[in-house]
Amino acid sequence: MSSIQIAAAPPGIEGQGFFATTFEKAVGLARANSIWPLPFATSCCGIEFMATMAANYDLARFGSERISFSPRQADLLMVTGTISKKMGPILRQVYLQMAEPRWVIAVGACASSGGIFDTYSVLQGIDKVIPVDVYVPGCPPRPEQIIDGITKIQELVKNEPLRRRNSAEYTALMASYGIE
Amino acid sequence: MSEVNNAFLLNELQEQFSANIVSVEEPYGMLTIEINKDINLELITFLNKHPQIQMQFLTDVCGIHHPELKGKELAVIYHLHSLVNNIRLRIKCHMPIDAPQINSITSIYSAANWQERETFDFFGIEFMGHPNLKRILNVDEMDYFPMRKEFPLEDPTRTDKNDNYFGR
Repeated sequence: MSSIQIAAAPPGIEGQGFFATTFEKAVGLARANSIWPLPFATSCCGIEFMATMAANYDLARFGSERISFSPRQADLLMVTGTISKKMGPILRQVYLQMAEPRWVIAVGACASSGGIFDTYSVLQGIDKVIPVDVYVPGCPPRPEQIIDGITKIQELVKNEPLRRRNSAEYTALMASYGIE
Repeated sequence: MSEVNNAFLLNELQEQFSANIVSVEEPYGMLTIEINKDINLELITFLNKHPQIQMQFLTDVCGIHHPELKGKELAVIYHLHSLVNNIRLRIKCHMPIDAPQINSITSIYSAANWQERETFDFFGIEFMGHPNLKRILNVDEMDYFPMRKEFPLEDPTRTDKNDNYFGR
């Protein structure tokens, strides 16, 4: 007997030979369980991310088997580590290169708020340049915390309305970061 | 041929530049001279080309800011090393903060290129004759020199941290 668990079907109407649910829920289920993360690892949080992705903690259990090292094919930008002001425009460019729908997770105190580096050269949180969906606290966070952040992202992905990226609110959010 | 040591080095420098040597120290056995900043290029060229001394290795160029020394707030410090004689020399050139210009030594040491750019980046010291004097480590848009002591260490533009939570 295999111990592999399969994601539960979304609520719907089931009968002999058919299963009906909303398109939104089916798409959400598929997306949430096959997130391709792009690690943007700059410091010690990046090392923790490597542990998360490797055999012991095995991020692949959550459907993120394929770590994307190209922004073009990535769904989730994982910013793990200190982002200096000089790195800010590069991070922004990587975000812009990702295709919609895209999510961002800020891993660790530095990516979330600048952390201990309260100084002239460090960006005080990546939400100064790109919108962030989930913040993971810790300095650095343990792999369990990063996995917790990923599962929070999965919840967001699963429950996101298909029209969200076309909504006026989303356009306004992007405009507040100067993104068309 | 006499051995090249601190005494010999100082003697050679005094013969040539005695009028421009402001002070001499020897902390922990390392000869340290403060000179008039206008002769920095001339003096370093002399040490480089000297047949015996051969100060041909530039270990470091850095800046320092002493707000309390009026009229000589900024300084550039050169660390030179003679690999042949295994002897080191530290040279300090002070200058006023409202006229922070000094000759570039990139014509003698290519290694000075990035180090002078870094000193410009952090202290705003302008190296005259430098081929490409622009910021090297900080963002190009930065409009101040962060290692000068007139600026707070903490980012003054921050908006996300409430001082009340940090006991300030």
